Amino acid sequence: MPRRSIEPNAFELRDSTCALHGGYSPTSQKFHFPRQPVCPYTGVDDVVPVELSANGALWGWTVVTSAPPGYVGPVPFGFGVVELAQEQLRIVSRIQIDDPGAVQFGDPMELCADVVGHDDDGTDVVTWAFRRVDS
Amino acid sequence: MTRVEITGIGLHPFGRFDGVSVTDMGVIAVRQALADAGNPTFQAAFCGTAYSGVAAGHKVLGAIARTGMPIVNIEAGCASGAAALALAAGAIRAGQYDTVLVFGIEKMPRGIIRSSFFEPWREQAGLAATPSYFALRAQRLLRESGLTKNDLAQVCVKNRAHGALNPDAMFRSPVTVESVLASRIVCDPLHLWMLCSPNEGAAAVVLRSATAPRITLRSAVLRSHLPGSVLGEATPLAGIDDTDITPPSTLAATDAYAQAGVGPQELDLVECQDTDAARELLAWEELGLCAKGAQPGRLRDGVHALGGPCPVNVSGGLLSKGEPLGASALGQVVEIVRQLRGDAGARQVPGARLGLAHTVGRGANASAVIISR
Repeated sequence: MPRRSIEPNAFELRDSTCALHGGYSPTSQKFHFPRQPVCPYTGVDDVVPVELSANGALWGWTVVTSAPPGYVGPVPFGFGVVELAQEQLRIVSRIQIDDPGAVQFGDPMELCADVVGHDDDGTDVVTWAFRRVDS
Repeated sequence: MTRVEITGIGLHPFGRFDGVSVTDMGVIAVRQALADAGNPTFQAAFCGTAYSGVAAGHKVLGAIARTGMPIVNIEAGCASGAAALALAAGAIRAGQYDTVLVFGIEKMPRGIIRSSFFEPWREQAGLAATPSYFALRAQRLLRESGLTKNDLAQVCVKNRAHGALNPDAMFRSPVTVESVLASRIVCDPLHLWMLCSPNEGAAAVVLRSATAPRITLRSAVLRSHLPGSVLGEATPLAGIDDTDITPPSTLAATDAYAQAGVGPQELDLVECQDTDAARELLAWEELGLCAKGAQPGRLRDGVHALGGPCPVNVSGGLLSKGEPLGASALGQVVEIVRQLRGDAGARQVPGARLGLAHTVGRGANASAVIISR
């Protein structure tokens, strides 16, 4: 089945892996996501492209039980924040759970690809998600 | 020195009104406020709204043949009405106008609020559902403060008990902790009854310059967010450690206290943004009503319930009234003026002299308005 990234500037699909594209400003010494031409924390414009870590710790999560406007993916779905230790960055993401009691604060998480819809020609529309490392 | 007096208030109740247009609701609130103020001539009008479309304020004033003066339509998310108020008050203080009409109107779509703020792909990915951000903020508050889901339900019990005393509220039946926790889970830890309903309504006030005002608008402040907080109302896709990042509500409140020359401990009542039950508890600390983490004791002791030393959301709050974005902040102002006039009926805060109204939402925008008699 053909597939495409929902937002190639933020999320890259590869043959068997995937990656989040962020930015780093040496002057502000801060990472950000998705990558922008200017550091969103300081306004400095020395941003260099970086590929963000694919592993982090669960920092916040919930399970959304009804489809919000414009959303066509499966319900319920997990939503949360994963903290990347190396970048000291908290990333908003889908979380691959359907029960909020299935995970705990600080659980080790890994990046994965998640299908949230299909184009008219059947192409899978894929976004990023995190899942617990042992799941 | 020129001071700003609130001389008239008007309100179209908040709720759902099929067949009534947003213009109709605006007309009712504006005519009430003008009549309350003695039908003055006004030199400018400011209208807060987010979903009413182009020149919505012009349509309201056009319907009552009160045009010709500048009419400015203002969008600042949940703070739209307060933004209109802040601009009007500033113009009066600057000597630009003597009397100004300020109103807010809204007729929200049903269900989860959809916003052009989000790119379509974020909606498609499920990364734009506002209540899910509320849920993460609530979860963090519970984790860091020792509050429980029962405490969140207790906020609903408090505000709905207040709302039962407000004829203009949408929900006028009291609830129990058990019934709140029995309502369906929208996104854990938030149950349906812990979330306010987007709805419809209008509110209006008349301001004028005065040397000896009866009801004084002491300060009306609008602030936006500082960058970095992943769970802030700016709803970014990433953030950094936010320990030292001051939230916009605190920025607005700090300025409002300084301009009014008062402190949070002097307030007799507060109307705050209870978009969800946890949002109110966060507002308590962000507005300086209590120390960080002090909410459990304050809830238990009823400090912020009617009858306590500083009741919060005696109108019933957004949890009872619902939230028509553009009208919401001015609805809070109408409530505080009623309280200061002693006209609040069964929910009257005895002897109320000083009140604060607070909103925070999309943008991020946050507002703090201080009114005294």
